[in-house]
Amino acid sequence: MNKKKVSKIFAKAFIYLVIVLLYLPIMVMVVYSFTNSNTMTWNGFSFALYQRVFVDPGISSAIRNTLVIALVSSTLATVIGTLTAYGIGYMRRPFKKAVGAMGQITIVNSDVVTAVAFMLFFITIRSIGIPINDGYATLIIAHTVITIPYVVLSVSPKIRRLNPNLYEAGLDLGAGPLNTVFRVILPQLVSGMVSGFALAFTLSLDDFVITQFNKGTSVNTISTLIYASASKGLEPAFRALSTIIFVTILLALVAFNAIKYRRDKIKSKKH
Amino acid sequence: MKKRLFKFHRRSFTYPYLVVGLFFVVVPLLLILFYAFTNRQEQFSLSNLWEITSSKLTYKILADSILLAILTSLICLLIAYPLALLLSNAKFNRSKTIVLIFVIPMWVNFLLRTYALRELLSLFGVGIGYKAVLIGMVYDFFPFMLLPLYTTISSLDKSHMEAGCDLGASPIQNFFRVILPLSVPGIVSGVIMTFMPALSTFAINDLLGDARLYLFGNWINDYYSELWNFAGALAFVMLVFVALLMLGMGRLNRTENKASAL
Repeated sequence: MNKKKVSKIFAKAFIYLVIVLLYLPIMVMVVYSFTNSNTMTWNGFSFALYQRVFVDPGISSAIRNTLVIALVSSTLATVIGTLTAYGIGYMRRPFKKAVGAMGQITIVNSDVVTAVAFMLFFITIRSIGIPINDGYATLIIAHTVITIPYVVLSVSPKIRRLNPNLYEAGLDLGAGPLNTVFRVILPQLVSGMVSGFALAFTLSLDDFVITQFNKGTSVNTISTLIYASASKGLEPAFRALSTIIFVTILLALVAFNAIKYRRDKIKSKKH
Repeated sequence: MKKRLFKFHRRSFTYPYLVVGLFFVVVPLLLILFYAFTNRQEQFSLSNLWEITSSKLTYKILADSILLAILTSLICLLIAYPLALLLSNAKFNRSKTIVLIFVIPMWVNFLLRTYALRELLSLFGVGIGYKAVLIGMVYDFFPFMLLPLYTTISSLDKSHMEAGCDLGASPIQNFFRVILPLSVPGIVSGVIMTFMPALSTFAINDLLGDARLYLFGNWINDYYSELWNFAGALAFVMLVFVALLMLGMGRLNRTENKASAL
């Protein structure tokens, strides 16, 4: 065998090795979601854990909380983030820099620091008489604020490709500024907004530290419930729950890529 | 003509975020400063910061956390760099969707992934402890290193590498003198994206570590709900590290940019 071939085999082996290592823990979890046992020991095939996901009141309320918070916060973040991404190019320099810096601080800052900052903030505004309970309100605010910069990053590339004269064209043709933005500009940004929303949604789903520090005592999300239960030996139904989430996302990605692939194919046929 | 109080301009679209950012990004950070430098009676006080900086234990906790974060980023870099190099090579990655395969695990809740890793490690005879925590951090933060590296390396101008080859550089010389310097921005953002969470995590240590390892994140987690001023002071110390890292990495990036421009 020649040298080139050997190095190619090594390279491929390396790629597959990393993939296997990344997926091994997840596969173990998936396999053991189909057996009814508290620890990861095989106890015969069973769907019991899947039943438990939908019956256990703690888990169902955590799922509901997680989804509501993720949906509301990523919708808010998409709206504010898209408007920001559009307007930022027309700001005066110092303001532009200020907005950029706020976004960067949010992205780069360690989540523990952000979590403590939010906690102190909510304590303080409560102490000056603004009633805000730990739970939905605080978590939706926190998740919205931490995900806005990611939406801006997803939408900005689309805005750079916009025709800069569209806005003036809309105004000249008699549409008001808001009308122009909502009916001419925004429709062209939809793909960036969708990926920004998806990113914000996943970040909210996966957040643990900021949620843990600001959730109060009565509201739990999937993350905080897992953390709370892990110290006593993890509630086994979570294996089933994350298998469901994992498979759903996998299917969504496959479908998304299949559609994209077909669209690209049709496009390339046309040319 | 009546002068309108508020004239709508395109930059007005950023006002919502200006307000949100001012209230929920800037004010909370200032509150960390406020709580760090005051006591329970809201009087100026350095007692909390003094308690932290004068204790020997602080430096042990910090040293442990920093060492672990350095090891995590280093191991991630050593695995992710060659991988990114291979993935940006069309020979191994025809469809470009293979990168997605490395990102999908991030959609499984990271606490669950960490817990599953613990079970897996115990199957291989690795119990909880320092080694398990390190493996867990590498496992959890690996995609954060891979993605920026892949984006940077795959968008490198191929003609630079060809020029290197044409001018007689060996593949190894080509790598060290052309590809590596040009990929520094990717390395910098990868290191930031892995170092920062590794420095401040506590959940991974709670799940995979034993009682001997106590990280800075654990410290904050143990005190945030009761001692607000102390938690503020701890968060302030962490914030200083974040700022130092940003400044250092920003400088590294700038000098590298200058060097590559010459």
